[in-house]
Amino acid sequence: MDFSFIWLAFGQIISPQTIAYALAALGLTVCFGFTGLVNFGQAGFMAVGGYGFAITTVKFGWPLWASVLAAIVGAIIFAFILGIPTLRLRADYLSIVTIAAAEIVRYTVKTPQFVPVTGGTDGINGSSSTFDAINPIPVGHYGVGVLMYNQDDLWIIIVGWVLTLLCALLVSRLMRSPWGRIVKGIREDEDAVRALGKNVYWYKMQALMIGGTLAAIAAIINIIPTSLQPDNYGTQTTFFLFTIMLLGGATTIMGPIVGSIIFWIVLSLSDGLLSLAVTYHWLPITSVQQGPIRFVIVGVALILIVVFRPQGILGKKSEAYFSA
Amino acid sequence: MPKETTKPVLQIGEPGPGVAKVDPILVADNVTRTFGGMTAVDVQHVEIPRGAITALIGPNGAGKTTFFNLLTGFDRPDSGAWVFDGQDLAGVPAYKVARKGMVRTFQLTKALGLLSVLENMRLGATKQSGEHFFGALFKSTWKKREADITDQAMELLARFKLDTKANDYAASLSGGQRKLLEMARALMTKPELVMLDEPMAGVNPALTQSLLGHILNLKTEGMTVLFVEHDMHMVRTIADWVIVMAEGNIVAEGYPDTVMNDPAVIDAYLGAHHDTDLGSLTGQLEVAQDIDPHLAHEIEEEIEEEAHHDGK
Ligand SMILES: Nc1ncnc2c1ncn2[C@@H]1O[C@H](COP(=O)(O)OP(=O)(O)OP(=O)(O)O)[C@@H](O)[C@H]1O
Ligand SMILES: [Mg+2]
Repeated sequence: MDFSFIWLAFGQIISPQTIAYALAALGLTVCFGFTGLVNFGQAGFMAVGGYGFAITTVKFGWPLWASVLAAIVGAIIFAFILGIPTLRLRADYLSIVTIAAAEIVRYTVKTPQFVPVTGGTDGINGSSSTFDAINPIPVGHYGVGVLMYNQDDLWIIIVGWVLTLLCALLVSRLMRSPWGRIVKGIREDEDAVRALGKNVYWYKMQALMIGGTLAAIAAIINIIPTSLQPDNYGTQTTFFLFTIMLLGGATTIMGPIVGSIIFWIVLSLSDGLLSLAVTYHWLPITSVQQGPIRFVIVGVALILIVVFRPQGILGKKSEAYFSA
Repeated sequence: MPKETTKPVLQIGEPGPGVAKVDPILVADNVTRTFGGMTAVDVQHVEIPRGAITALIGPNGAGKTTFFNLLTGFDRPDSGAWVFDGQDLAGVPAYKVARKGMVRTFQLTKALGLLSVLENMRLGATKQSGEHFFGALFKSTWKKREADITDQAMELLARFKLDTKANDYAASLSGGQRKLLEMARALMTKPELVMLDEPMAGVNPALTQSLLGHILNLKTEGMTVLFVEHDMHMVRTIADWVIVMAEGNIVAEGYPDTVMNDPAVIDAYLGAHHDTDLGSLTGQLEVAQDIDPHLAHEIEEEIEEEAHHDGK
């Protein structure tokens, strides 16, 4: 029997995908966990950032810094477009608009008319060129056992984690500051905060922009080692991010990171176990059913978290207690 | 302790609805607000005297809270203008109204549950550069101001007897304590005009007395207070001036000891039937005739039946 999937699952601890989801979930935590904005369009922010980076790198040949800037500016503009009409309204409007806007982005980039720029359903390959060009790591293979990385894999992992920790530090500073106090107040009751002379609308906009920026950076890290696929940024991704955030703790800084690691380990372990079960006929399922069953597991996990540990792994019990 | 002095004259001319004040802090004109077909607020003219405690009273649904919402920018009027301290405030968003020194509390208390009591208080403070995104990232730039704010907050909390709760979640406070917290938090903004919507509702009698004291203190500190209240005892005890609203209009204004006897006020509270006995069928009939002819008819039948019985 082949148990190497266990090692591969543990490779998820540091994989770029884990980093990307940790960062995007951190952005969601700023919006949802701290400010109370029900942002169901986080995948859309990732898509905007990813396309901003990939198009400017591959199609326009921009340098790395300019493409990163394009991704971030794109996400901020997207935040403005979504925020201006909805942030004055009740919370539910933002959720509806964001979920729809994310889907609009995905369908727009897939439109045949835009294929020369967006690559249509195939997405865009090769956005790693400018990033790998500045890789200082000597050519070679690094790692142990089945977990082997070439110099470019290692480069994105290192840069990705450094960025993630920097972003976590930044968000942590923000949340411990008077700025953080205001957004947390908005989460609790925005009229009370307004009555104390704070420009609630502008703080919500800032939170949405920060969340979007983190999603854009996440998308860049996600596409550099692989490629940009529009369907990776569907509604499903947003719900993965919500699962990760709730798993780790929606009002914690390290929660999204821990949540992302656990999420991808579990998903990849269950995938390995299910393949074994299918190969040896332990379960009455076929390999076609295996994919959807993984998501059933994610769904059940989400329900279990919300029921038994609403504050997440790192959250404080009392917070969930009081908000119940 | 404030010295007992003769009460100053607040108004110019005879007290009555819309009477001019010697030194008004807030002047409102033709403020109207309708919900569907129903007029919730229709205030022709009203002036709030500076440096005094004014009570806004009236039966349930009179439009007091709606009027508060309009004045503080939480709701948009259909028409109207109002001037606070010489500044036109109509159409100004709520947060700017608060910054100009006109701060309010809510009838349904808004404690920020998952913030500590102290953080609730600090939120009210002004001039904290750490509230800006870039400033927030550099603690050295806002540490000093934060320490001052914390001192100010602890002082207020001590005054409201909430200092022992400073580090608890606001969600763990009782209803009355939340009212106190909300009032203390509003004071953190150092307002000129404090608008309290039913500060006493849900506060136990033991606390009521100290709350009255706090409100009187605000006046000695030079603030103007406008409060909505149903508790007439409180109104008589601390208000310098009383404004009475009914069905959206201001129906009476005056000093607390006289305005309560104004027939317009008694009408507003009890309707025109304040001297009818609702315990008797004839009394009920009198009221029912005004409200619902069908109901009146039923009562008439009942009276007939009773007369029939008595006759036997
Ligand atoms: N958002 C709203 N939509 C529809 N009608 C409203 C709304 N807000 C208030 N009203 C109506 O306006 C009228 C005045 O309400 P308001 O809350 O101002 O009364 P109030 O004087 O504060 O009463 P109370 O003493 O019970 O608090 C009521 O008839 C109420 O039903
Ligand atoms: Mg009211």
